[in-house]
Amino acid sequence: MEVTVTVNGEQATRDIEPAMLLVHFLREELDLTGTHWGCDTSNCGACVVQMDGRPVKSCTVLAAMAQGHEIRTIESIGSDGGLDPVQEGFREEHGLQCGFCTPGMIMTARALLDENPDPSEEEIRTAISGQICRCTGYANIVRAVRWAAEHQGAKAGGR
Amino acid sequence: MQTPGPIEYERATSVEHAIALLEQHGPDSRVIAGGHSLLPMMKLRLANPECLIDINDLKELSYIREADGQVRIGALTRHRELLDSELLARNFPVFADAERVIADPPVRNRGTIGGSLAQADPAEDLSAVCSALKAEAVIAGSSGERVVAMEDFHAGPYTTAIGDGEILTEIRTPIRSGAGSAHEKVERRAGDWAIAAVSAAVWIDGGTIADAGLALAAVGLTTVHATRSEELLRGEQPSEQLFSEAGKLASEDCSPTADGRGSVDYKRHLAGELSKRALTCAAERAQLQEA
Amino acid sequence: MATTTAAAHTPMGHGRMKRKEDARFIRGEGKYLDDIKLPGMLHGAILRSPYAHARIVSIDTSKALAHPKVHRVITAKDLETLGLAWMPTISYDSQAVLAGDKVRFQGQEVAFVIAEDRYSARDALPLIDVEYEPLPAVVNARKALDPDAPLIRDDKPDQTDNLASPLWEAGDAEECERVFADADTVVERDMIYPRCHPAPLETCGMIADMDPETGQLDIYNGNQAPNLHRTVYAQVAGLPEHMIRVMTNDIGGGFGNKVPVYPGYVCTIVGSIVTGKPVKWVEDRSENLMSTGFARDYLMHGRICAKDGRITGIQVDVIADHGAFDSTAQPSKFPAGFFHVFAGSYDLEAAHCSVKAVYTNKAPGGVAYRCSFRVTEAIYVTERLVGELALKMGADPVELRMNSFIQPEQFPYENKTGWTYDSGNYPETMREAMRIAGYEELRKEQTERRASGELMGIGVSFFTEVVGAGPKKHMDILGQGMADAADLRVHASGAAVLSISAQTQGQGHETTFAQIVGEELGISPDKIKVRHGDTDRTPFGLGTYGSRSTPVSGASAAVAARRVRDKARLIAAGMLETSPEDLVWEKGRWYVRGDPEKGATIDEIAEAAYGEAPLPEGLEGGLDGQCVYDPPNLTYPCGAYICVVDVDPGTAEIKVRRFIAVDDCGVRINPMVVEGQIMGGLAEGVGIALMELISFDEQGNCLNGSMMDYLIPTALECPDWELGATETPCPHHPIGAKGVGESATNGSPPAIVNAVCDALYETHRVAHIDMPLNPARVWEAMRGRAEPPQ
Repeated sequence: MEVTVTVNGEQATRDIEPAMLLVHFLREELDLTGTHWGCDTSNCGACVVQMDGRPVKSCTVLAAMAQGHEIRTIESIGSDGGLDPVQEGFREEHGLQCGFCTPGMIMTARALLDENPDPSEEEIRTAISGQICRCTGYANIVRAVRWAAEHQGAKAGGR
Repeated sequence: MQTPGPIEYERATSVEHAIALLEQHGPDSRVIAGGHSLLPMMKLRLANPECLIDINDLKELSYIREADGQVRIGALTRHRELLDSELLARNFPVFADAERVIADPPVRNRGTIGGSLAQADPAEDLSAVCSALKAEAVIAGSSGERVVAMEDFHAGPYTTAIGDGEILTEIRTPIRSGAGSAHEKVERRAGDWAIAAVSAAVWIDGGTIADAGLALAAVGLTTVHATRSEELLRGEQPSEQLFSEAGKLASEDCSPTADGRGSVDYKRHLAGELSKRALTCAAERAQLQEA
Repeated sequence: MATTTAAAHTPMGHGRMKRKEDARFIRGEGKYLDDIKLPGMLHGAILRSPYAHARIVSIDTSKALAHPKVHRVITAKDLETLGLAWMPTISYDSQAVLAGDKVRFQGQEVAFVIAEDRYSARDALPLIDVEYEPLPAVVNARKALDPDAPLIRDDKPDQTDNLASPLWEAGDAEECERVFADADTVVERDMIYPRCHPAPLETCGMIADMDPETGQLDIYNGNQAPNLHRTVYAQVAGLPEHMIRVMTNDIGGGFGNKVPVYPGYVCTIVGSIVTGKPVKWVEDRSENLMSTGFARDYLMHGRICAKDGRITGIQVDVIADHGAFDSTAQPSKFPAGFFHVFAGSYDLEAAHCSVKAVYTNKAPGGVAYRCSFRVTEAIYVTERLVGELALKMGADPVELRMNSFIQPEQFPYENKTGWTYDSGNYPETMREAMRIAGYEELRKEQTERRASGELMGIGVSFFTEVVGAGPKKHMDILGQGMADAADLRVHASGAAVLSISAQTQGQGHETTFAQIVGEELGISPDKIKVRHGDTDRTPFGLGTYGSRSTPVSGASAAVAARRVRDKARLIAAGMLETSPEDLVWEKGRWYVRGDPEKGATIDEIAEAAYGEAPLPEGLEGGLDGQCVYDPPNLTYPCGAYICVVDVDPGTAEIKVRRFIAVDDCGVRINPMVVEGQIMGGLAEGVGIALMELISFDEQGNCLNGSMMDYLIPTALECPDWELGATETPCPHHPIGAKGVGESATNGSPPAIVNAVCDALYETHRVAHIDMPLNPARVWEAMRGRAEPPQ
């Protein structure tokens, strides 16, 4: 069947099997391999993308179900010229090691900061609690998001 | 990653259309909303529907509103919306308690109350929440709508009152004065299914418990309604001893099985302990409401 | 909360430096195995056994072959004609690539389907009809050697029982008897280090691309030892080694899971050979958990004794469960790895251990998950015994350790099981942990909370690891010496390329190895490219596991850089018209002794090395250095960990409130990277101590074959780690560095278990609980019903 999904601001139309998962649609049909996968049971969160601005696990969405929605992947974060503050934060605070969970973490962090520009440590940990990192022990990921919050130029919230 | 087998895919444009598609494709078709129960099962080949009917476009089923002395929740309301709802927080904080510990944030952005209730996993938290609140489920089919009380909604593990060609459309909870509610859950790790979970609701009038709801998840073949506990609580004044006693009855009346999460003894113990904690918190909240 | 911000500028060598590799990862431009697509590529999927032990009666692949998108189905019969139905393991056992006669564990590989795309390959699996005749399964390692236990390895002609590896001993049993008899206090305890799994976020997989015209075999595979794998494929498949190229690209975590050669890899290579096309196989998570190299599964009986307030003896007997095939990855003469370092950080009078290994109907493996070759098991048993000993003696656990430590003046220290520890100042490291933790205040707080019925626990763990395998005179893997190499080329511009045999899976080698060279030569690490993970373009070495990158590869890089510096001296002598002996080095330049204005920078020297002006007599051009480093000894990082837990008295849930970790890994090349490694390991310790478990029912069905039931900690279970450092340089290492990659995974589980027992001993007399300490297991222990896990 033919499916049209808006990905990173552009409409992408492909002829696919209905059973195709969004994560494979992104990775195989659109060659957007920044979104990863790591489990079979919707636990690990390596596949997190944004759907209509909110983090979702793209391994648990059919590509067909994404038609009519705005999907945003890691490839849309930052620009040719520069990095999003979240990306910078991950680099500044050593919030990644093998990098496999990183795109998903960045998508969630970006969505969190869009909704809550000054999150507490607790709020950050809760926001990423659906995503596993095996390398960092999470503390530096939290620091990375805090760095982004402090450097993204938004007026500080009331916290 | 494991992948689902071949399927047909349809998108419903209205509730009537969804029902018509279900009838057209027969018992091997399934409605899909959030998909976070169904798609994992399809990937593991534990569920093999031939046709999926996507109901995510049915915005008319996505709401939380007050009407006719009830809070009414559309079946397509996402877990996240239940967590964030001020209306629910004011009237039934048990929802936020439960949503905080249901799955994880990305899953909560997709999963729906309708999907969770319809899936009827014995460990599913919202089933306990709705049971404790004495909610009703509205089920639509080609012959119209019918309303089913929560105690009749859950028939057994993964089995509900929803028949072939029917779809759950709404949950209704009566608003009564003096309400307080809470949910307590023990899990092995954030996002895991409950080892045991308890939803408690009390309605306090003049310092006495006018009515109570106590329901337990993960300690029976389906949601356990602690009716003996509820009877014990009615007409009594809140006290630690009363809630311990209610917990003891709940502990006796549930039927947990031993598994990787815990032994029968431990789960019974949690049933009692969490009942006591949930009732204590519910009563405190009710008393704050009264004041 | 504090930040660990890296330096604003790039240090000229060691120091906190932001990672160069981050640039691609933060953009989602990492290249992991499943990101790679080759033209015409086909996809493989593996049919696996549902039974733990069964005879294969028949395999019918006809329906699968009839699937319109299926190209081939490979079974053991096909592999037999190629002599590949069985393959050797790293431990000189054999392992079935595809099961022919029997299946010996649930999840064992039975058939390999090759299809157009991954969905079709997956859909074809249930179309393969396998008829099994189930057999009774051996699931309990203690019962594996019972006379009536079913024989698992009837494929081996001389095998009459389920013994995988005969009794192996270290230390002095007689001396132990004497010391134990003389002791004031003895603690004896059965304890299990349960089976768990490294579970890196990226599963294992391979693309094999055999060019039928040229015979060139390109292998894309995220493994931790690309050169070793190339050697294995050459030996096993009889392919010419120079025609095999193994490329790892980016790896989404290894932790020991990506060291072995798996049956799926061999199937993928065969698939490419028989189809003439590239074949990709990527395992799903359940395959990863159920069939790839698990970790631990040591059933231990330990005893410890003390006299006059000091620990005097430790003895441990072990049954090791290797699963159906002994595929443990460790040096060949060490069937129990380095377990015999269990003698630990204490100046004992006697120590002895024995280890024997058995086969069971479970997935093969045992050495993985940051264990430093069984050092995790050793540290756990010792630190748990010390923890329990302290409880029994009513002694403070820090004080007991302080009284028993090997003292700084005793180094190098030859312990009672044959290890010579290089350096350490254990009391200083322990004191630093106490300072950061506020140990005295914690004990006061504990007393107060206990009085109000709360269950707060403080757990201590002090460990000495042995890593950096290892000297050729002592060890090898599959007959390969464990040397690693570095190849450094400095270009005329003064920039450089360093090629190494270590294999990063997130450890940051593109940055840290550039820093090593930068430190030695005064070239900015920004100008040093590190090349790795391609056997055609990097020198031979045994790769990255067992924390060996810094001790071995790091040393080779430093020595290679020093050789470049030595050559630079000769070139500079020519440029400055002086003799080399008259030159003095300061980072980045050679200058004339007594005349510091007169010198040559490394940039100038590099230019001269390639330039038109003649070089001194006998000196060839270019500015290169090479080193194949055979380490003279292993290294011995250590650490002092303190864990604070709160146990909910009503539900037995455990909250890790604080975790203080002071590590001594010698000189730290990049403290930011070191801290990252430690924090990741601490999270693994939380997982292992509280929730990770691979268990089986009586039929051998794996009960934790998905991430729904194999639980890995999230950000909500981990505290904000509190780190400290002491530094006792390694005397035999060129930089004085020891390696740290596995320290935290080793040291943290006993700290956590010690903390829980410390919380529960006084009120509930709980002296030991086997991991994982999930709420149900802790609750049972509080009721006096602690049982080992299934």
